[in-house]
Amino acid sequence: MFVMSSSPHIRDRETIPTIMWWVFISLLPAAGVAVWVFGIRALYLMLSCVGAAVATEFIIQYLTKRKITALDGSAAVTGLLLAFNVSAGLPLWMAILGSVFAIAVGKQVFGGIGRNIFNPALVGRAFLMASFPAAMTRFFINQNGALVSQATPLNILKEGSAAPLVGYKTLFIGNYPGCIGETSVLALLIGAMILLWRGYISLRIPLSYIVTVALMTWVFGGSNGLFSGDWLFHILSGGLMLGAWFMATDMVTSPITRKGQIAFGIGCGLITSIIRLWGGYPEGVSYSILMMNALVPYLDNIFKPRKLGERR
Amino acid sequence: MKSLVAEFYKGIFKENPILVLALGLCPTLAVSTSLQNALGMGLSATFVLICSNILISMFKRFIPSRVRIPSYIVIIATFVTIVELVMEAYLPSLYKQLGIFVPLIVVNCIILGRAEAFASKNGVFASFLDGLGMGIGFTFTLSIIGLIREVLGAGKIWGYPVSLDFVPVLVFALPPGALLVLGLMLAIKQAGDKR
Repeated sequence: MFVMSSSPHIRDRETIPTIMWWVFISLLPAAGVAVWVFGIRALYLMLSCVGAAVATEFIIQYLTKRKITALDGSAAVTGLLLAFNVSAGLPLWMAILGSVFAIAVGKQVFGGIGRNIFNPALVGRAFLMASFPAAMTRFFINQNGALVSQATPLNILKEGSAAPLVGYKTLFIGNYPGCIGETSVLALLIGAMILLWRGYISLRIPLSYIVTVALMTWVFGGSNGLFSGDWLFHILSGGLMLGAWFMATDMVTSPITRKGQIAFGIGCGLITSIIRLWGGYPEGVSYSILMMNALVPYLDNIFKPRKLGERR
Repeated sequence: MKSLVAEFYKGIFKENPILVLALGLCPTLAVSTSLQNALGMGLSATFVLICSNILISMFKRFIPSRVRIPSYIVIIATFVTIVELVMEAYLPSLYKQLGIFVPLIVVNCIILGRAEAFASKNGVFASFLDGLGMGIGFTFTLSIIGLIREVLGAGKIWGYPVSLDFVPVLVFALPPGALLVLGLMLAIKQAGDKR
């Protein structure tokens, strides 16, 4: 009548492949917009990054004689996210090299899925930024099928030049120069809706992240003293939406405690705003998430829930 | 005789100062940006290491153990000053490249470590062979790291371009590249030892 077994007793049909492929699907709207905005080159970039990531995962797992899980979708998600983080004009071999580095050094060195400290796609991006700074920071816009070099809105803001900033509507739709997957807030929000509906992410990290950036840029970002910053421009531009919804929420590299997640989001927001407003780079989303990734074990430790009956 | 050969041989691979003892990592990471710098650093440290090993093993009976570390430092600093002045006179460009890391050989852990762990307990000839072996091991490993970083990070070997259309991967010329290359070499050495 009673079956005795060891825990866990509650099981779910959810597996790593279903979660990862759903995340992949949720990125597809932004991928579609990327091809529409930047042309066929964006598609080539995404295909080569995904292909290189999956192939690297397969080769390393084969060589180290571990179980081969290259098709569980996690490598594909890493590859696609890395492609989202590069400019449309990046040579394909550089993108492939970044993808190989992301999987090999960002993930497999630590022991594979679930064991990496840092978000692999952002490790790949940081590697590319340090290795090929010129190619990584030249952004393009598609004009009648040809890629034309143009500064991003955040670059224009940073240099304080007189060039007109793009409007909120353009920022929302995504038809402006930037990394290929970060420009369309609309498409990214559709993807985020899918993740929320599937229950893979909660609102805690993205909202605390975005609200912190909005507050910081509203208070300190303006040229007419405090409380005059254009916060809407700041949260709609750059990689904030991509980072907040898809990369800061990575299950492996974000805190598991609820308070920890909120602290993680606030930390990301603070570092992003500091880099954007006072730092040397126009954009700070990727570095802020990487820095906070390093603090995740401490955040979880600080906000460890009390056991029932345990003293304060 | 056989043990003397082993004293020389151990520093090159079995007790390689960088890959096994993990000593002297600061100069290893800092000056391994090119083969020239690595070789210059390695040879300077080797010279200091051999001379200080010989002198310390000679004086080991006269140095009171309570002040042995300051005494070692004085002996090492003497030879470092010789290297520094000679390098400044005859290899000024290398001297400029290595900068602060030439005087810092004084506190190089390999040299102090060998003085404390070997030269203060062994004979003059054995200490000479130990210093020579350790120096070769250090220079060899440092040069490999320097070569890898120079080829990948600057696209050059010994200052000459490898190929005209080679795009350097800048990260290897920067500090993270040094940590990456060193880490991978340590991993390869460990994997080799496990076999």
